[in-house]
Amino acid sequence: MKRISFLLGTLLSSTGFSVLAQTAAERSDLNMRPGVTDISNQVYGLHMLMFWICVVIAVLVFGVMFYSMIRHRKSKGAKPAHFHENVKVEIAWTVVPFLILIGMAWPAATTLIEMEDASKADITVLVTGSQWKWHYKYMDNDVEYFSVLATQQEQIKNRFVKGENYLLEVDRPLVIPTGKKVRFLITSDDVIHSWWVPDFAVKKDANPGFINEAWTNVNEPGVYRGQCAELCGKDHGFMPVVVIAKEPAEYEAWIIEQQAIAQRAKAEEQRLLAMNMSMEELMTQGQQVYNRVCLACHQGNGEGLPGVFPALKGSAMAIESDQITAHIDIVVNGKAGTSMQSFSKQLTMSEIAAVVTFERNAWGNNTGEMVQAKDVNAIMNGK
Amino acid sequence: MSTSTDTISQPDGSAHDDHHDDHHEHHIPKGITRWLFTTNHKDIGTLYLWFAFIMFLIGGAMAMVIRAELFQPGLQIVEPNFFNQMTTVHGLIMVFGAVMPAFTGLANWLVPMMIGAPDMALPRMNNWSFWILPFAFLILLSSLFMEGGGPAFGWTFYAPLSTTYSGDSTALFVFSVHIMGISSIMGAINVVVTILNMRAPGMTYMKMPLFVWTWLITAFLLIAVMPVLAGAVTMVLTDKFFGTSFFDAAGGGDPVLFQHIFWFFGHPEVYIMILPAFGIISAIVPTFSRKKLFGYASMVYATASIALLSFIVWAHHMFTTGMPVAAEMFFMFATMLISVPTGVKVFNWVATMWRGSLSFEVPMMFAIAFIVLFTIGGLSGLMLAITPADFQYHDTYFVVAHFHYVLVTGAVFSIMAAVYYWLPKWTGRMFDITLAKWHFWCSLVSVNVLFFPMHFVGLAGMPRRIPDYALQFADFNKWISVGGFAFGLSQLIFLVLLIKACRHQGEKVSDQVWDGAEGLEWEIPSPAPYHTFETPPVIK
Repeated sequence: MKRISFLLGTLLSSTGFSVLAQTAAERSDLNMRPGVTDISNQVYGLHMLMFWICVVIAVLVFGVMFYSMIRHRKSKGAKPAHFHENVKVEIAWTVVPFLILIGMAWPAATTLIEMEDASKADITVLVTGSQWKWHYKYMDNDVEYFSVLATQQEQIKNRFVKGENYLLEVDRPLVIPTGKKVRFLITSDDVIHSWWVPDFAVKKDANPGFINEAWTNVNEPGVYRGQCAELCGKDHGFMPVVVIAKEPAEYEAWIIEQQAIAQRAKAEEQRLLAMNMSMEELMTQGQQVYNRVCLACHQGNGEGLPGVFPALKGSAMAIESDQITAHIDIVVNGKAGTSMQSFSKQLTMSEIAAVVTFERNAWGNNTGEMVQAKDVNAIMNGK
Repeated sequence: MSTSTDTISQPDGSAHDDHHDDHHEHHIPKGITRWLFTTNHKDIGTLYLWFAFIMFLIGGAMAMVIRAELFQPGLQIVEPNFFNQMTTVHGLIMVFGAVMPAFTGLANWLVPMMIGAPDMALPRMNNWSFWILPFAFLILLSSLFMEGGGPAFGWTFYAPLSTTYSGDSTALFVFSVHIMGISSIMGAINVVVTILNMRAPGMTYMKMPLFVWTWLITAFLLIAVMPVLAGAVTMVLTDKFFGTSFFDAAGGGDPVLFQHIFWFFGHPEVYIMILPAFGIISAIVPTFSRKKLFGYASMVYATASIALLSFIVWAHHMFTTGMPVAAEMFFMFATMLISVPTGVKVFNWVATMWRGSLSFEVPMMFAIAFIVLFTIGGLSGLMLAITPADFQYHDTYFVVAHFHYVLVTGAVFSIMAAVYYWLPKWTGRMFDITLAKWHFWCSLVSVNVLFFPMHFVGLAGMPRRIPDYALQFADFNKWISVGGFAFGLSQLIFLVLLIKACRHQGEKVSDQVWDGAEGLEWEIPSPAPYHTFETPPVIK
């Protein structure tokens, strides 16, 4: 009886797998997505081809085994045969799998060659990973920006209800045109990241000091979401990739608008250089900037994570007045050999001024000292 | 051919009786010093096995922390930094603390008994190679209590996350890996020297049981690749603390170089963790099929082929690093080739069962579960070999599912099968069969609830090593966690069973224990005397 239940259980579990696998092919939350490019569809086809070959092999092998387990049982009086080798059979089950492999290798190789050919691209985007955000730079236009997780901390900490695109939403998505070959140059400023958009079948590591290539040609307009795929430190799970594919005309309009916005921002920054902000303004803006870019490491209470990220609260650099320059410098240029990155590209001068002021006056760091955009400019541009 | 049909005789003509007459029976030391100073292969085997089991429970507890955090979306139990420490140390402990020492323990117990040797060739080194291990893991575990915590860069410790961007505990990590490596190399040298020099007269290479063969090949793999790991961790150490730039592009190095070095160790390493399993299954399946192993010679050649191929496939772990397309092709084809010898092994086991006289005792249940579930892991491995598809699978839960199928339902199940198979020989008494069946069925069901849905969330796009995830993965993660807790609890049944077995509870067993069992270890009395084969048997 126990043996029967053993057999039944093993049989059931194996047939259960194949049923699950079948539904897996139909439902997208169970299976790979076919995606929205020719390449991603080919990859999906390869995946399904491999899957079904594996299912057939499994059914045959396990079928023979289970048949044997049912029919050749000692309790049924089975007497053991005496064979223990058969050259013909052994050659057959070495050669036949080899032939099946060749059948798999051919379509895989042709798809691979196509995927790795990033030549003749229409537009090029430089993708730079850093802890824990992506930076996009359009090589053919004067547009570049950071793309950061947009999900609120309150949702992550379970204080607010989670939104539909929880952890898969960013403040500024990458925008690319449909029907054009878009080439991605992928690199990193610190550790290794990996830029992955499942719907494009593009996953490429961002290696610091080296530039990788990938490309896509999206067929349908839409919003496509992915994530960093290579462990890159504490907030590896919190650096999504969001790409919006627009019709070429819409894309053109968008990129022209972005250029204009970038120019206005530069003019605004020059204007602010001449102005002094009040303590209140600096603190309000400083807190916003802090929460957006500094909090992940230095924490909301400014105490950092001991042994990993240093505290700002009570630190010499943030309270001693002869260290103001060093304080601005570390935010502007970062600190080599640590996780402290340069924020000169991510923040405007007035934002840096605000956040430094905030750090010198929050959590009991009551220095009363203010830093203005022109002080930051002096350090950034040596004036 | 294996020893199964050959007659075995002792020169003193007392193969089956108590040949350990009083003048043979040495004094067995008592107390803690017995274990501290022991040079006896059986004692050291026991130490290794208990150590591995304790590490299995500690590493498992860390997996429980991981699964508790992933039970639902959001951060609720641990902070991401601690989560990363858990995934890292879980991996290190399971690979270097649980699976590898368990196989070394089995080798210690079984290899001398299977080849008719009185002990391992280098008994004092044997003591040393075990006793440095607890210190290695004390160092590793203590690093978790340092300011800033222990290693948080994954068990693969990719640079520069493990160099420039890691905490000071990296130094402890490096030294503990060094000690583990030294222990493994010493253990491996001991196995090689024992097998090459201490076989009983007539025990030719092609008569050795497959467990001996697979361990011989595994030992050569260990000797070949553990120094490579030592080199990798040393370069991480000097990059971090002494200003070298092996893996830092700013100083002329290359972070991808690290991955090449690591996986040149890492891929043979995964075969180190599975080849002895093949040997175990090749011992158990014939016993309970009451039929000789099908294709003994082809099993040996297949093992050797897998070992050789393991040196030319390492970069299939690195398809997304941006290799030249020609290199990607080479590693794809070489990886696919591995399925041929692996397939031969599975076919041989099935052919052994074919027209046998099967019965389903607990070791056989684990062995059959191994064949089915390891094959599932092998087939998903074949899918992963296909480079274009791997771009989608890489670093997702599909990979996590794959390697847990080959390592948990593969390596770990084979170790459990081995313990159930040889435990009566070690203790002289049958283990608690009811508990063993509970252990089997709870483990079998829960392990599949745990790992099978990982295929789905991985294909749907969930990256590995993340403490929080998007909402579409929530349902499956809940099930995965439930399976995880159940699998963890099921191992406590095993713990109870082992404690009972060590207290000599249960019915006495015959020397042969299992009616289909053949081989030298079944010719000696049960329990196996403290010293065996002081006079070598002659195998005709």
